Amino acid sequence: MDSVVSQLSIQDLNVWYGGQHALKNITLEIPRHEITAIIGPSGCGKTTLLKSLNRLIELNPHTRVTGQVLLDGENIYAPGVDVTQIRARVGLLAQKPFPLPMSIYDNVAYGPRIHGLKNGRMDDLVQHYLEAVELWDEVKDRLKSPATGLSVGQQQRLCLARALAVKPEILLCDESTSALDPISARAVERLLSSLKNEYTVVMVTHALRQAHRMADHVIFLWLGELVEQGPAEQIFEHPAEARTQAYLSGEIG
Amino acid sequence: MSRSQRRKLEERFFKAVMRVSLFGALLILSLIVFTVVQKGFRALSWNMLTQPSQGGYYLGGDEGGILNAILGSLYLAAGATGIALAIGLPVVFYLHAYLGRSPLANTTRLVFDVLWGIPSIVYGAFAFLLMLEIGMRASLLAGMLTLALVELPILVRAMDEVMRLIPPDLAESTYSLGTTRLELTRILLRQTLPGLATAILLAFGRGIGDAAAVLFTAGYTDAMPTSLSRPTASLPLAIFFQLSSPFPSVQARAYASALVLTVMILTISLLARLSLRQFSKHVIR
Repeated sequence: MDSVVSQLSIQDLNVWYGGQHALKNITLEIPRHEITAIIGPSGCGKTTLLKSLNRLIELNPHTRVTGQVLLDGENIYAPGVDVTQIRARVGLLAQKPFPLPMSIYDNVAYGPRIHGLKNGRMDDLVQHYLEAVELWDEVKDRLKSPATGLSVGQQQRLCLARALAVKPEILLCDESTSALDPISARAVERLLSSLKNEYTVVMVTHALRQAHRMADHVIFLWLGELVEQGPAEQIFEHPAEARTQAYLSGEIG
Repeated sequence: MSRSQRRKLEERFFKAVMRVSLFGALLILSLIVFTVVQKGFRALSWNMLTQPSQGGYYLGGDEGGILNAILGSLYLAAGATGIALAIGLPVVFYLHAYLGRSPLANTTRLVFDVLWGIPSIVYGAFAFLLMLEIGMRASLLAGMLTLALVELPILVRAMDEVMRLIPPDLAESTYSLGTTRLELTRILLRQTLPGLATAILLAFGRGIGDAAAVLFTAGYTDAMPTSLSRPTASLPLAIFFQLSSPFPSVQARAYASALVLTVMILTISLLARLSLRQFSKHVIR
């Protein structure tokens, strides 16, 4: 491990969708082993910023990206970079759970299989990650049944296990609890909070209270611009910018 | 009449129009099936199903059977569907995993739509020219290849439409695990298996029922299909030749052949429906 505190360093990042300038000159640091929350009103570029961190943004047609995203000092947009390796290091937990069309077991085993991460028995690996997301006891008797048979909350935990099994360093969460019932949402939130000892978590959230509960570090975006960023306490207690104050107090957004 | 009365009347009227159309369509289709069953069943015999034709197909004896045509049609359609699938599946994967929503993808779709609309006799004539050029004779293989051309656009466009229904989130979830585009195609395949089965069935049905494409390319014969390089009989052409015969007893056999063809397609459809449940076990909705 190197001594750099920030694991992701974003420098002068711009994203266009066709003619629409979605992110404007974003420069910021994302600290290692902390939870960073990206907040802001709808359409301000939160998800765009999140998905530029593992180049998922490129799946949208007509997308243009300029600037740099340095992952441990290496620009992930540099020519010749293997995008599959970037995504293996920077995983995603989406808003709605989307299991792969296969069994519960194979969902977890899929990532380790394609990346050749199997050391020891796959059964142990699958059990380990299902336990890590507190799903093992609920599914251990039906590992071979389709993942679609699970409830939405269980599916989201399965997707988390699937993402973790690839052994990422960073986990991106795109409003990962917003489609869940309150109990499942709470469970996923608790899991994510417990992950920060081992992983760097970057989450997009609409819910300010959730950001309050979870975040160590906060980024506030407004219409594609970075307005303010800093430690959660500082942003929530003493925001420097008028727009941040107005958003936090519920006047706008 | 008040406005709300008028709107109710309007709805009643158009609902009636829709019903008449629906029942009209069903009536015509059932009349076809009824005719085939009624006329065909009388002429159908065990010998017809278990013997190849005897005494010359063209002037038609009422001796022998149509086993050679039944087997010929099955071989032709199965071979053609296999060939079309071997070409069509990579095309569809390329469209979805690599081309995405690019202009080239839309051009490709347009090309296959146009190919779909070309009458099968044109494919037959084209293949016949090609065969003359390379000195190939009418044969089971030539028939399969020509039918594969007829089936390919149907297969590609039907599979394409099935894959377009996949939610984009599935591709995103898969890519976020660090998969390559090639690995994504396996996930797409698993997700669309039931729809692909339907597409294959559609293509097979078109292939087994086509007469024009095999007329010059597979030819016709009284013999059983035993070799890829020999001509083969087929059910649609058996119906054609039997129906053009001047003898009523041979004409009646055309309906029996049509009945056999219909029952074969129906059986395959039903089998596919039954296996759908197994195919869709893992599909994410």
